[in-house]
Amino acid sequence: MNTKEQKTAVMTVVGNDAVGIIARISGLLFQHNVNIKDITQTILEDTFTMIMMVDLSSADIDIKDLSEELNRLGSEIHLSISIWHTDLFHAMHRI
Amino acid sequence: MITDFEVLETIKMFQEQHLDVRTVTMGISLTDCADSNPSIACGKIYDKVTRYAMELVRVCEDISREYRIPIINKRISVTPISIVAATSDASDYIGFAQALDRAAMTCGVDFIGGFSALVHKGYSESDRKLIESIPESLAATSLVCSSVNLASTRTGINMNAVSQMGQIISKTAQRTADQDAIGCAKLVVFANAPEDNPFMAGAFHGVGEAECVINVGISGPGVIKTALESVRGEDLGVVAETIKRSAFKITRVGELVAQIASKRLCVPFGIIDLSLAPTPSVGDSVARILEEIGLQNCGAWGTTAALAMLNDAVKKGGTMASSFVGGLSGAFIPVSEDEGMIEAAANGSITIEKLEAMTCVCSVGLDMIAIPGDTPPEIISGMIADEMAIGTFNNKTTAVRIIPVPGKGVGDVVEYGGLLGHAPIMRVNTSSCDAFIRRGGRIPAPIHSMRN
Repeated sequence: MNTKEQKTAVMTVVGNDAVGIIARISGLLFQHNVNIKDITQTILEDTFTMIMMVDLSSADIDIKDLSEELNRLGSEIHLSISIWHTDLFHAMHRI
Repeated sequence: MITDFEVLETIKMFQEQHLDVRTVTMGISLTDCADSNPSIACGKIYDKVTRYAMELVRVCEDISREYRIPIINKRISVTPISIVAATSDASDYIGFAQALDRAAMTCGVDFIGGFSALVHKGYSESDRKLIESIPESLAATSLVCSSVNLASTRTGINMNAVSQMGQIISKTAQRTADQDAIGCAKLVVFANAPEDNPFMAGAFHGVGEAECVINVGISGPGVIKTALESVRGEDLGVVAETIKRSAFKITRVGELVAQIASKRLCVPFGIIDLSLAPTPSVGDSVARILEEIGLQNCGAWGTTAALAMLNDAVKKGGTMASSFVGGLSGAFIPVSEDEGMIEAAANGSITIEKLEAMTCVCSVGLDMIAIPGDTPPEIISGMIADEMAIGTFNNKTTAVRIIPVPGKGVGDVVEYGGLLGHAPIMRVNTSSCDAFIRRGGRIPAPIHSMRN
């Protein structure tokens, strides 16, 4: 297994659709210089689901602190926002 | 590129299916801590354990927060104390257990294992002192776990030790009677004990091990159960394949944690233990996997076959996912720690005899089974002897962790809380085996032990 720790992460946003979700979240990422590499969104079983690939290599924040800020933002706008290390998905889904 | 499906599947495993790493266990060699003065030896043990393991909890918590992978327990295993303490002129080893307990508390770990002796062929004087110290040591400490290896395929079964351990388990129950014999939950006897097992109560750091290593025990019955829900009605080949795929993913999580922990602690990675370890939480049960395969209750006819397939498929999937595999590696079937098993025991669908049959095809053995407090020690020795025979003659690890709960009988329930869970007291066949146990001596090694 490649154990070189990556600086990229996967964010998921799950909840009820509303105006300004992307604006609020991308605003927070911009504040910390986190680059958004890719966004997909779908409505899954009536739930708004957004998956973002982000790059933290130039960010002024680490993934633990960003995770806490996203949690706070999530409870403010009533969405479940979580951020996960890309390494985890590579480990589980790639040989 | 990771697909949306893979992202959502992974997140569900953590958020809904209780996927976690059960334990990161640091193994530490204490062979250089021997001293003729027991208090100097205990001082060296405390200093060495705390020096090596001081950062263990912090590093695991950091990894847990960064990767959002729950790491349930952080533990330490050490060289069997009967070896470390052999040089000392101590008359008993309770002080050594207390030194381990203090070190574990200082490091903030959940358990420390290695108050152990290996007597599968015979006792040294030190082994004798250690075994006699077990009841008092487990009563006087809270984080120390104890294990004794009584048999091996290469040497046969030490029946003198089997007989003695029945007495020691009963004494341990009496000494911790005020807490429903919790001392017995921290005491296990083995056949073919692995030297790199990260799981308690049986973890110790074997004599062939390096100075310090990181071993990781995975978990994840909930993930397997959920995966099997999507193949209802399919044939058993599909079931086995589905288990393998899930076991692969679960093991990769353990491998990732092990590699990162090893790097950050600057300690070599030892092994991943590919065990399905249940907890008392709903959705985290091995028994429920067996039911999902098609049994009304765990314990029904077919249980042993289903468990054999589950255990084998977990190993096949997991082996591919890790660079080094070891420890117990298989499905655990503790009664009190598995919500589905507790229900099966309470409604009478599972008996100790059926559990014994199940231990022929999975790891561990008769585990976390509460029995009436008035069960004679000789009967406990008989149960141990049977389990040792299964391990010795089938070339596998087996164990007994049984709890005779003082003052309780069949129909009562014992409650430990946390990972140890709760259990109904199970019926024991009380036909006497006294004369058999009293014979003592050794059961010779099986013919297939001669492989040279």
